[in-house]
Amino acid sequence: MVEPVTKAQKNFDPAVIWAILEEIKDPEIPVLSIVDLGIARDVKDTENGQLEIVISPTYSGCPAMYMLKEQIKETLTNHGYPDPIVTTQLSPAWTTDWMTQQGKEKLEAYGIAPPEKTSQNKAVLFGGQKKISCPRCKSDNSEQISEFGSTACKALYRCLDCREPFDYFKCI
Amino acid sequence: MTELNKVNALVQYAAQIGDNGLIIGHRMSEWCFRAPSIEMEMALMNCALDLIGQARELYSYAGKAGGEGKKEDDFAYLRDEQDFRNLLLAEVPNGDWGDTIVRLFFMSAYNKLFFTALAKSTDAELAAIGAKSLKEVTYHLRFSSEWLIRLGDGTEESHRRAQKSVDDLWAYTGELFTMTDAENLLLEDGISVDVTALKAGWDELVSQILDQATLSVPANNWAQSGSKSEGRHTEHFGYIITDMQYMQRRYPGCEW
Repeated sequence: MVEPVTKAQKNFDPAVIWAILEEIKDPEIPVLSIVDLGIARDVKDTENGQLEIVISPTYSGCPAMYMLKEQIKETLTNHGYPDPIVTTQLSPAWTTDWMTQQGKEKLEAYGIAPPEKTSQNKAVLFGGQKKISCPRCKSDNSEQISEFGSTACKALYRCLDCREPFDYFKCI
Repeated sequence: MTELNKVNALVQYAAQIGDNGLIIGHRMSEWCFRAPSIEMEMALMNCALDLIGQARELYSYAGKAGGEGKKEDDFAYLRDEQDFRNLLLAEVPNGDWGDTIVRLFFMSAYNKLFFTALAKSTDAELAAIGAKSLKEVTYHLRFSSEWLIRLGDGTEESHRRAQKSVDDLWAYTGELFTMTDAENLLLEDGISVDVTALKAGWDELVSQILDQATLSVPANNWAQSGSKSEGRHTEHFGYIITDMQYMQRRYPGCEW
């Protein structure tokens, strides 16, 4: 897990909290937890000893964020950590680079092509279309159907070998 | 009118950038169930969602900066026509597919330059919103550019109609590069973006894509303005907020 260093804790064990956060799944991609996605950024305690979870939204308009916040509060409360604070942090902006390796593997097994290795690669406006490998038959012979798929974070592709359409988790 | 100070200027500024996103986002959402194909519908709705999401962040920040306890909903649902300071380009009707694409293209080209600059704002929160939004509008620019090239360099009819969309919307692009008093005041501290400095980059980007689309840059440089500086809108605007604000006006404070 590539996570930012957590500060010294008083009332809880951060490893336990991170494990609880693993239980919270993305409502659109139920195989991925908010830890896999890199949405959960930090676990710390506030000055008055309250548990605080810092999250970064994937897309500005992602409708799942409100639901995730509520789920974080509910799940932690159910595990005996009442009234946690959930803080949204915009900077640095969320990037697919934060998705864990384990998350990428789960994504592919679920039938969604994971984001390519790095989003730092600043291609020009039409910088030649990337070849995305089909999560089913692993062929690289694919083409993009639409830049935007069923959710803002995905694009729609089609495999030209097995002919199946598939989602690609966009790199941002 | 209350005198401009650095606090109310910041509120106005954050809200005004939010207005652009909310209004064009609302316009695009009007395509829901009406787009030419399901892929295009999803694409437009995704773009609209990004823009409305950006507006929510900006309105929340405007509320926080104002210190009067205003929430995002107060900005979106409880202000009147003259209080909205979006660019006129954002509110023009959807027209045909070409009009919608050209409007999104002009706006995205602007947004890309604008958010690149806003990401360097001395105001940490605006800079964060700028950096986040930049990632999203880069996709909008690519999507709309590809479509514009396809329409312009397509059939005789798509070319003719795309050129008409470019010509019709051109008059609204001048307002993109005008500064309000609030922007000028905030510029002293490096908070706001000097949009007059974005024009050369926008012209270059737009003419490059129009060229690829075999479309010509309109010669007429007369520019319509009034909304961003004074809240004077086109006759279409009242209908947008009537539709958008109906629930909150009829049932104040209602929640899902």
